[in-house]
Amino acid sequence: MADITLTIDNQPVTVPAGTTILKAAEQLGRQVPTICYHDHCTANGLCRICVVEVDGVRPLLPACLSRVSEGMKVTTSSARAERSRRTILEMLDSAVDLSEAPEIQKLLDENHADRARFPAAERREHTVLDDNPMYIRDYDKCILCWRCVQVCADDAQYTHAINFTGRGFDTSIGTFFDKSMPDTTCVFCGQCVGVCPTGALKPKREALLEQGVSLDEILQATRGGQKRRRKPS
Amino acid sequence: MTDDELIPLRAILAELAPQRRAALLPALHTAQRLFGWITEALASEISRALSVPLADVYGVIEFYEMFHHEPVGRTILRVCGAPVCALAGADGVAQALCRQLKIEPGTVSADGAFTVEHAPCLGLCDHAPAVLVGESAVGSAEATQAAAICAANAGNPLSHVGGDIRILTSNCGRGRPTSLAEYQARGGYAGLKKALTMTPDAVLAEVKAAGLVGRGGAAFPTGIKWEGAAAATGQPKYIVCNADESEPGTFKDRILMEEDPHRVIEGMIVAAYAVGASQGYIYVRGEYPSAFQIISDAVADARQAGIVGPNIFASGLNFDIEMRLGAGAYICGEETALLESIEGKRGLPRIKPPFPTTHGLFGKPTIINNVETFCNVPLILERGAAEYRKIGTERSPGPKLFCVSGQIQKPGLYEVPFGVTLRHLLFDLAGGLNAGRKLQAVLMGGAAGAFATEKDLDVILSFEALRAADLPLGSGAVMVFDDSADLRDVLKRLAHFFADESCGKCYPCQLGARRQSEILDRTAGAGPLAGDRERLSDIGLTMIDASLCGLGQTAPTAILSAMKLWPEMFDGK
Ligand SMILES: Cc1cc2nc3c(=O)[nH]c(=O)nc-3n(C[C@H](O)[C@H](O)[C@H](O)COP(=O)(O)O)c2cc1C
Ligand code: SF4
Ligand code: SF4
Ligand code: FES
Repeated sequence: MADITLTIDNQPVTVPAGTTILKAAEQLGRQVPTICYHDHCTANGLCRICVVEVDGVRPLLPACLSRVSEGMKVTTSSARAERSRRTILEMLDSAVDLSEAPEIQKLLDENHADRARFPAAERREHTVLDDNPMYIRDYDKCILCWRCVQVCADDAQYTHAINFTGRGFDTSIGTFFDKSMPDTTCVFCGQCVGVCPTGALKPKREALLEQGVSLDEILQATRGGQKRRRKPS
Repeated sequence: MTDDELIPLRAILAELAPQRRAALLPALHTAQRLFGWITEALASEISRALSVPLADVYGVIEFYEMFHHEPVGRTILRVCGAPVCALAGADGVAQALCRQLKIEPGTVSADGAFTVEHAPCLGLCDHAPAVLVGESAVGSAEATQAAAICAANAGNPLSHVGGDIRILTSNCGRGRPTSLAEYQARGGYAGLKKALTMTPDAVLAEVKAAGLVGRGGAAFPTGIKWEGAAAATGQPKYIVCNADESEPGTFKDRILMEEDPHRVIEGMIVAAYAVGASQGYIYVRGEYPSAFQIISDAVADARQAGIVGPNIFASGLNFDIEMRLGAGAYICGEETALLESIEGKRGLPRIKPPFPTTHGLFGKPTIINNVETFCNVPLILERGAAEYRKIGTERSPGPKLFCVSGQIQKPGLYEVPFGVTLRHLLFDLAGGLNAGRKLQAVLMGGAAGAFATEKDLDVILSFEALRAADLPLGSGAVMVFDDSADLRDVLKRLAHFFADESCGKCYPCQLGARRQSEILDRTAGAGPLAGDRERLSDIGLTMIDASLCGLGQTAPTAILSAMKLWPEMFDGK
């Protein structure tokens, strides 16, 4: 494919056509911040932390999705982009338990986010779901990055055990009629746990260890009653 | 649920099965119509019949306000909660209905007959306060008439249709649909017949020369859109009519569909001919059961008469139309969310580009236009572009419909040529303010609009003049508030609307719409906190700059315009 030359923060860079602004910036050694983006999942442009300003384009553009074009002039940290990033982070922090999301914690600091920006704000609160021997689901920590739903579906496993419930602020990840995981099509491949960036999905062993449960007890708990074991002959 | 009970559903599912997932909304509507609400067994049945994963079926039920997976009353009383109905006493009506039925909103009456719900704008703003009783619209509802409201089962109340010209609305204002025979007797389908004597390229050129601009809110030139779809490779091509009209304060498309459905159909067929499309969809919002029925019947009549279907007017053109009923989601008016919804998914907007003209419905080239836009098309063909351009201004040709509601003498639908002033619309046509009242504000363009005040009354109603005045034309909604209105309450309701309707896909809007509505709750209640003005400003500008779709990008505009006009309203303590 033809090469495209553009400038990012006044530095020229040449990349193959079809490259995203995010990847073009990486080539210059500049890291545009991201939250929802994951190299192995379909990018959907959800978090909008990666927004950048492009000359001649009114709205900010998500760097993770937007393709470069010839002569494009990109500014990664304009005042508008910084306001958006900071405000999105402050709002996210006001709604979600980010205590186990170190990368987002770092972004909050780097972007000078005020951790008390939104007083009396409703948080997304759920009860912890501990319904299978493999992993627990603590959706207070869910940032709705969609990765788990995607790897459970067409990005990897084609299991379609989980999907979204509700909408807007009250969107959540759920199962058919809120069934427990063993009652769904879930095959316990663990891919969702692997891609979850915030500790919302956590291996059961890790969760129990954190709660101070002994290894022996954990082995008992996670062995579960699901699988029938062959009797010793 | 026994197998016997499932027979009627299974019969319909068997018919729908070839469409697979694209039949999910019709299937869910059918289950709900037959059984009242969608049980786990029904959802499983649908999942199997249409090969849609169980979790996805549930996700779709959960997305749409009007699908229920828990018991609801056999008749749902939907009371409008939008500003115009609220000013006319809608909250009192909702309370009276709840008292009458001895229930709380959202619960079921003891006999299982009724549920009362707070609804977003029902598109009955000219009859405020409005209640949708099952499938019947009740206007000018009174709290003292709760029992009569519960028993209502008539059609829609008659809308006032007026204006300087009556071209688009020549068959409207009579409170009944124009039949196919009557439509043809009054010159209907002449535009299509003329189009069929021309080449598709010539039809395209005519629409382009007419300078028609989309009437759905985004003001995109229709001819350019059509050219894009005509040039796109990929078959089949689709024509989609956006009849999701859910912008608060807007009811023009409802009246067009209810009173002159064939004009919409005619416009779609011309579009199909121009771009080479073979299949159409009309997507009507779930809260418009009567418009849906009327236009469905009109499509059936047209099909019977050889106007829709194979070999239209013996011209060799094949074009059929399929109906879709929405289920309570404002976002499905956004064109790509609407396409997702037709495909049987949650109504989440797609990333653009690519645009629907090249990658639309089922990934194929697609034209999507508003009801009123399609209604202009027969006119352009019939009269020719040059004649058409004699109506309106140079840069905004044609007739335009305005939906006037709120605190005004004669709320209704008004047809004018582009180029008249706001003052003319409100005072000469709609009768001016109520006796002894002064104008406080006019909300232009709907909830996603902006406020005008006294000083703006002489603004010219055209795309270019309104743009220069920094006022949106939007969907043509014009909501009038006199000095008795509490604008804090109006703003609070607008903010609630967006918080309820945000799809949740992108963070700025998913989070911002809720944070915004919390602050406006304070503003309308105990008063704003110190810093709330800055918070609102940061949230609003972030939503405008960074949101994925037009909902988030316009949700803060009315609030930001109020902050400019009445800054003291937001001063915190
Ligand atoms: C949140 C949102 C809601 C919308 N609702 C409608 C609607 O109800 N009807 C409509 O025609 N267009 C609506 N639109 C605009 C459509 O996306 C699209 O631009 C329009 O249907 C194109 O038709 P037109 O060019 O004929 O106006 C909406 C847009 C957004 C962002
Ligand atoms: S559970 Fe984890 S992976 Fe899934 S959407 Fe939430 S944060 Fe993302
Ligand atoms: S702007 Fe709002 S409605 Fe649009 S995609 Fe984002 S969350 Fe959904
Ligand atoms: S990383 Fe680009 S939108 Fe989330």
